[in-house]
Amino acid sequence: MSSNNIKPADSQLASAEELLKTLAKKLQPLLQANTALVGIQSGGVWLLQRLLVLLEKDIAIHAIEHGTLDVSFYRDDYEKRGLKAENRPSQIPFDVDNKHIILIDDVFYTGRTTRAAMNELFDYGRPASISLVALVNRGGRELPIVPQITAADIALEATQNLQLVQNSDGHLSLELQSLPLQSSSGSTPE
Amino acid sequence: MNNPQLDTDGRLRHLLSIEGLPKKILNQILDTAESFVGVAEREVKKVPLLRGKTVCNLFFENSTRTRTTFEIAAKRLSADVISLNVNTSSQSKGETILDTVDNLIAMHADMFVVRHSQSGAAHFIAKHVPNHIHVINAGDGRHSHPTQGLLDMFTIRKYKPDLHNLRVAIVGDVLHSRVARSEIHALTTLGVPEVRVIAPKTLLPAHVEKLGVHVFHDLQAGLKDVDVVMMLRLQNERMNGAMLPSPQEYFKTYGLTQEKLNLAKPDAIVLHPGPMNRGVEIDSSVADGAQSVILPQVTYGIAIRMAVMAMLAGGQGGQA
Repeated sequence: MSSNNIKPADSQLASAEELLKTLAKKLQPLLQANTALVGIQSGGVWLLQRLLVLLEKDIAIHAIEHGTLDVSFYRDDYEKRGLKAENRPSQIPFDVDNKHIILIDDVFYTGRTTRAAMNELFDYGRPASISLVALVNRGGRELPIVPQITAADIALEATQNLQLVQNSDGHLSLELQSLPLQSSSGSTPE
Repeated sequence: MNNPQLDTDGRLRHLLSIEGLPKKILNQILDTAESFVGVAEREVKKVPLLRGKTVCNLFFENSTRTRTTFEIAAKRLSADVISLNVNTSSQSKGETILDTVDNLIAMHADMFVVRHSQSGAAHFIAKHVPNHIHVINAGDGRHSHPTQGLLDMFTIRKYKPDLHNLRVAIVGDVLHSRVARSEIHALTTLGVPEVRVIAPKTLLPAHVEKLGVHVFHDLQAGLKDVDVVMMLRLQNERMNGAMLPSPQEYFKTYGLTQEKLNLAKPDAIVLHPGPMNRGVEIDSSVADGAQSVILPQVTYGIAIRMAVMAMLAGGQGGQA
């Protein structure tokens, strides 16, 4: 395998657009009156926007409350990594208290992003429950956190990086990248 | 040339002056501050970024607003904060600045926020401290007050998002003002096309036009068609000798009244770094009027200081 080689991930997975449709179908039964969807920047927010359209148009569920989180300030590796260049304000335009929150992320890996997102949510209020929806679970969790809904589950090596990409016309795709071998400690995946 | 404010990767290591900072860093601070404005509106007004860190406010010169907002900013980032008014402590017993700093480093301080009446004090401390410690200049003599300059830019951007299309006037005691210097450098770095300074000759530094500003001695002429009016405080405590006939006389010629403000664009905004001398540089009706954004400046000052501290504390483990 050549290092740093970016290629589409469809040899192992359906296309991101197909997976998105599967995710919307699986998500539908979870929606109740008191549910709010929260996308995690940036892939989770792309998914959130597409899911809202799918759910509202095809399944006729309207006015789903939603928001976005940028978990940079809550990451456990902040001191090492610092801020990303394009850090966006979190926007939670509804009362979190007693809501059933569904977090949306693109690729579930270690669970550290989810932990950061949960910590941030609790600074807005006390939700009734939090669930996690991810497009792909790539394996490799480091915390006792698992997504409740995924469109695909695969097992990737620690040297592989799976990433959701949005092109200029909004089309979503998954890219698989082989990282140069590093020492196993101190990995800082998304 | 080696820039003491940036590390080898071009990231912010100390904030000492606006001068010498690239536009990219200024914009990054302003953008990061946007995220912190929202934090203050939540149920829990805190993020855990500086948890376990100790921020030391070293104020060798009096300040209420700046010290308080730095203190609130550090606390909202979950840092532990120590505020020292050094006039009243060991310095008055003869301890040198560097001895004071070394003692606080021995107590494991991680960040210093420094205000001093001597220009260059924060640079002096920044040169002295070990690598993992960060210094923020909270005002040094007549030289620089970078977080004030940044919060003014943030405030302007909130009301007038297109900085490339603005006419800005800075009015008053430019000679003694570190705020004016920081504002001028910030405005020109961010690409504001026309910056004016309006003041009597006695309150302007020599060759001020070399900073890229247009000089006016007449308030009415200078205010014509500006989008932003940035007032400065008349710094009586820094004046030695007769620079002005009297505060009343100054108000007559350079005090901002509604009548004079009407010469600016109808939607012009008025800023003042505080503390205000009402009836000297600014009329109460303007300070409390519809065009004043003086209190929003204070609120945004917290977000800016949070952004600066967050950027200094993060990213110490190499390129992300």
